[in-house]
This record gives sequence, C-alpha cells and structure tokens, in this order.
Amino acid sequence: MSLITYREAIRHALAEELERDANVVVLGEEVGQFHGAYKVTEGLLAKFGPNRIVDTPISEAGFIGMGIGASMLGVRPVMELMFWSFYSVAFDQILNNAANVRYMSGGQICCPIVIRGPANGGTNVGATHSHTPENVLANHPGVKVVVPATAADAKGLLKSAIRDNDPVFFLENTILYGEKGEVPEGEHLIPLGKADVKRVGTDLTIVTYGRCVLHSLAAAAILEKEHDISVEVVDLRTIRPLDIDTVLASVKKTNRVLIVEEQKPFASVGSQLAFMIQREAFDDLDGPIHRLATIDAPAIYSPPVEVEQLPNPQRVLKAALEAVK
Amino acid sequence: MNRACFRALPTKTFPLPTFKRLTVTKKTSTTAEKPVNFAQAPINAALTAAQKVDLFRTMVRIRRFEERSLRAYQGKKIGGFLHLYIGQEAVAVGCCSLMGKDDHVITAYRDHGHAIAVGMELNPLMAELYGKATGCSKGKGGSMHYFAPDKNYWGGHGIVGGQIPLGAGLAYAVKYQGKKGAAMAFMGDGAVNQGAVHEAYNLAALWKLPVIFVIENNGYSMGTSQARSSAGTLAKRAEGYDMAWGQCNGADVYEVRATMDRFLKLAHEKHEPAIVEIDTYRYRGHSVADPDNTYRTKAEIEEYRNNKDPIQLFQKTLLAEGVLTEATAAKIDEEARAESDHAADFAEASPFPTAADIQTDVYWEADHPAERKSQGRLFFE
Ligand SMILES: Cc1ncc(C[n+]2csc(CCOP(=O)(O)OP(=O)(O)O)c2C)c(N)n1
Ligand SMILES: [Mg+2]
Repeated sequence: MSLITYREAIRHALAEELERDANVVVLGEEVGQFHGAYKVTEGLLAKFGPNRIVDTPISEAGFIGMGIGASMLGVRPVMELMFWSFYSVAFDQILNNAANVRYMSGGQICCPIVIRGPANGGTNVGATHSHTPENVLANHPGVKVVVPATAADAKGLLKSAIRDNDPVFFLENTILYGEKGEVPEGEHLIPLGKADVKRVGTDLTIVTYGRCVLHSLAAAAILEKEHDISVEVVDLRTIRPLDIDTVLASVKKTNRVLIVEEQKPFASVGSQLAFMIQREAFDDLDGPIHRLATIDAPAIYSPPVEVEQLPNPQRVLKAALEAVK
Repeated sequence: MNRACFRALPTKTFPLPTFKRLTVTKKTSTTAEKPVNFAQAPINAALTAAQKVDLFRTMVRIRRFEERSLRAYQGKKIGGFLHLYIGQEAVAVGCCSLMGKDDHVITAYRDHGHAIAVGMELNPLMAELYGKATGCSKGKGGSMHYFAPDKNYWGGHGIVGGQIPLGAGLAYAVKYQGKKGAAMAFMGDGAVNQGAVHEAYNLAALWKLPVIFVIENNGYSMGTSQARSSAGTLAKRAEGYDMAWGQCNGADVYEVRATMDRFLKLAHEKHEPAIVEIDTYRYRGHSVADPDNTYRTKAEIEEYRNNKDPIQLFQKTLLAEGVLTEATAAKIDEEARAESDHAADFAEASPFPTAADIQTDVYWEADHPAERKSQGRLFFE
C-alpha cells in the first residue's frame, strides 16, 4: 500500500494506462503545459509527449466530439473537462453522439471514450461551476457513470473505465483531490458497477457516493459514539451500472435507509434508488426511505451558506437520527 | 440614465425574404490550374470505360432506390422522416468514388446517397426504412441513421452539424494511427452556422487534421434559403481558419471528382484540411412531409430538373464519349428499378425486430456477456 492523494491516484491511473496501451491519449484544456487546471495531469506531457497529452482550445463540443469520432476508429481518448459543469456546451456530442451511436448503428460501432473531471459544489464558485450531472448522464442508456470517493477507488475505477468499450463518464471532486488514501501497489483494477461497504453496521444503511461518503462516515462515527447507533455506509462508486444488490443486502440487515447525495433532489440518483429499494425490499423496511440532498436551489456563492446547502456531516447526522426514529 | 437604450432601431432589421436561390460562383483558394474540361483531369482521364459506367450506375441506383422508397412512404410502409437526395447524386458518388482504404465518410440525415455510394446494398437499406430486423441498423436507426463501419461509413446523423466534430475525430484517428487517409465530413448549407461546425473547423486547421468539410449547398435549409440564413460565402469561412477552400458544380460528377481529388491529395500528403462547397439542388421537399410550396418556385425546380440534372448530364457526356449507348443506359435504369423493387420486396418480407431486441446494441458489454468486466445493473425498469 502507498499513501497518496486522490489526485495522484488518478494521475497514476492515467500514466499506467498510457504506458500500457498506445491507443490511449489524454486531451483537454490545460492538461499539458499548464499541468491541468487541478494539476491532475502534472508531469504527463513530459513523460508521454505532445502526441499523447494534447492541450485543446476552449471548445468542449469540438474536442469532445472529435474524441468520440476518434474512439469509433479505435483510439481511446481520455478527455478532461476542466469542470463537468461545462458538459452542457457539449451535451449534444456527449449524449446524442456518444450515448446513441452504438444503438443507431445496430451495434456496429463502439465508443470507448472516457470523459473525466470534477463535478461538485463546495468551492464557492457559484451556480455555473457546481453542477453534479450524474443523474442527467445516467438517464441515457448506453453510457456508464462513475463517481469515486477515495484515492484507491479513483485509481482502480479509472483504469477499468479506460479499458471499457462503452463511453464512461468519470466524475471527480475538486475537494477530494487533496485527500490521501491507501492505494494498493501494482496493478489495481476495480470493476465498474461494484458498490463498496465502507463501514459495516446494523441499525441504518446510508447509501451514498462521492464526497458524501466522507460526510456519511464522519456522521456514522458520531452516531456510534454519541448515540449508540450502528450505521452501515454503502458507497455506490458507480451510478450506472448500479450495484443495487449490495444496497438491498444491507437494507435487509438494517431495515432502515437514508440516501445521501450531492444532487438536487428532483429526479436525482437518490430518486431512482428510493424507487428501487421500495420496489425490491419493501418487506425489509421498518420505515420510509429517507433522503438528504443538496438544498433545492442553484448553488449559492456565499461560502458559509454553501456549506449548509450541501450535505455535510451535521446534516447527515440529523437526517440519520430522523431515519432511525 | 443609459442613453444607449434609446438608440433608434434600424427600420429594416431583417433582410426581405428572397425566393431565389443563390448560385455558387466557383472559386477556390488554391492556385492549381483547373482543366477546362473536367473529363481531362487526370483522376477522370484515368477511369476505364467500365468505371465510368459504374459511376453512372451508382447515381441511377440512388435515384431509383429513393423513388421506390418514396412510394413505400406514401404506402405507409415507412415511418418518421424521409429526406430524399434526388438531384444531389453526383456529389456523393463523385466524392465516395475517390475513397481509398483509409478514407472515411460521415454525413447528416440526408444519407441514402452516401450509403449507396460507399457500396452498401439496397436490401438492408430499404429494410431499415421499413423498420425491419434485416435493416442495416437492425431497424434501430431509421432513414437518418445509416452506418457501415466496414465500408468506412460512419453515418447518418440527425442533429444538424453534430456529425462534424466526429468527422474531425475520424481524421484525428487516421493521423494518430499513422495511416494515409482522410475523412470527408458532409453537411448542408444550413449546418454551417452551427457552433460545433466552427469548433471542428478550428481544431482541424489548428492540428492539421486530414478532413475535408464538404458543404452540399442545395440552396435551402428546410424552407430557408441560403440568403436568409448565412452571411458571406460559405466555403470562404475557411479563410478565417487559414484553411484551403474551393467550390464546384455538383451537377457534374467529373468536376466533383476533379475538385475533391485535389483536396484529398492535400489531406493525404500534407494533412491539410479544407472546406469544399459543392453547388447542388434537391428536387423534392426537405423531407417527404414538406409540401414544398412556400419557399421556392416550381419554375426553379423545373430549371434544375430539366437542365442541370446530374444523371442526365453524365449520361449525355458518356454517350458523347462513346462509353455508353442508349440501350445500355436504359438497361442500367431498368436494373436499378428492378433492384429497388426487389429491395422493397425484401423489406416487406422481412420480420420486424422483437421487443426483446429493444435492449440489445445499447452497451458493448451487454452484447458481449462473456467478456463483461463490469457488474451491476445496466438496465432499469
Ligand atoms: C440541431 C438541429 N436543429 C434543427 C434541426 C431540424 N432540421 C433538420 S434538417 C434541417 C435543415 C438543414 O438544412 P441543410 O443543412 O441545408 O441540409 P439539407 O437538408 O439541405 O440537406 C433542420 C432545420 C435538426 N435536425 N437539428
Ligand atoms: Mg441545404
């Protein structure tokens, strides 16, 4: 094991896959000379050269569309979006072209592209830069959506994403980039679509993913210590494909569920989870499914208030106490 | 107070509607001398008699196929949209006849001509229109979404201009993989105003991607004439990106070939992208649903049909060259009609996909369960 940051874990995954497969290329705004807007790609240009690490103009529809076209011919582009928030200017390319081309061609084409970048609030950058589009993306059959919470998961999942033959959208988190975690040495692959029980418990299941995993673990520690409540934290890691079985197994054990997500509540990932849990584990539930989401408004700028708008350990704690009442 | 708010608005804010299409005056940004007679251009002079007849036959097959599909549409065999290419055949045939093994084609929804020109068979094409499982996309794509990656044909795209970045991507891949090839990315005259098109122009010029952006200028985007939608000369926008450009007459298959050959060579040899605007005309409405009586005159359509028809013109040329006889031309036409009828019969007799087919061809992994690495549910209820 080595203790590295989430940022380094992603960088190592990129470097290893660039090394392994000459078809892998990294493209995006500022990924090369600038070392990445969040320094994720630092050092890659020096190591792999400008043919493999390509600085793009500010032209998301153009370069992502280009990456999709190249992937149809077997190149495996890993495209960086400086922020996932900018996906909206490339929406047509991402969700009409990448998501649909296999289907519309009757299965003749595959599109092994990865689009990665941060998708989170909490950094006081206002509504245009704080989108969490995993629900929007996952609404499109044909795509895969990954939201890693830890360094080890980020590395293992990104390597799998790059090897995947379907389009994979990989949503990182600027606040997590500096978080350190133990990452196994050597080849480390985590299959997409496999949830991870980050904490074992018996009284309440918190289903969550992304940075909310950290909030949930923090709240769970307090719940254990101060309230004698044992919480199981299930980290989905991948939104689509979805490991609902791990969620259901946990619900069967705890009989109570709280969904925690950094999403706006309307038609979110949590909405889908709540539907599936009630549909498939109705008899295991001792109470209604609870949910904690971002407060339903565009992302507020005001720094102390943004903390309150998003899920945080205190809000998770409160919601968990409600859920076990 | 902000006085600017009170500035008088110009009285003539919008140009008056025009009902006459602009005709392309042929220009090119490169200096290569143009043969007076395009038949003498080396790329055409090198054609054997059989190859010339093949070009003619492909144009005729496109036309007869589409006429037959129109009848099927009228007979309610085909759903959705049907955008006919009739009148534009020399463009796809001329361009696609130049394709080498590493050249690629992508286009918009008016895609039947290109499909036939790259060598797709009529049966699966017609069956696709009928929504049958034997269709080229198994009945999942429809008229606007034909694909044949085995023939370097990458669709068939429904969003105006959306395919153009993909075309740049095909060129990127060809170059990245060190192959000597190019992509031809086709679009209409209406697509040139889409942002994604300009983004692709910039990337192609910036990175020297071997892509030729082919504007099939048929004068109209649906019911909006070029004069009412686009400022300036369409191909000349290349100059803003330091790209080569050219224009040519799309009613003359020799001219299309001679022009495109020059730009393809630039792409193959120097990775030079270009914009080529090909002047053409569609005889039918925008789609079969367009009654075609609001934005252009019958006389204009007749003028093209009678005097500028690419098939008639090429037939005349080949007769004059002694390559074709009236009898052979009639026979080719007869065969194309029979082949199209046969395709309609094939489509009619074919089964529809089943409800179970709805969820195949969505994920590569779901279609290759033995090789699947991911876990969890891919589909939802
Ligand atoms: C983004 C988008 N906007 C509008 C449409 C509807 N639409 C389809 S074709 C078309 C006209 C396009 O004209 P042009 O590019 O000249 O191609 P042509 O039909 O003449 O081949 C329009 C408006 C669309 N499919 N996609
Ligand atoms: Mg047009």
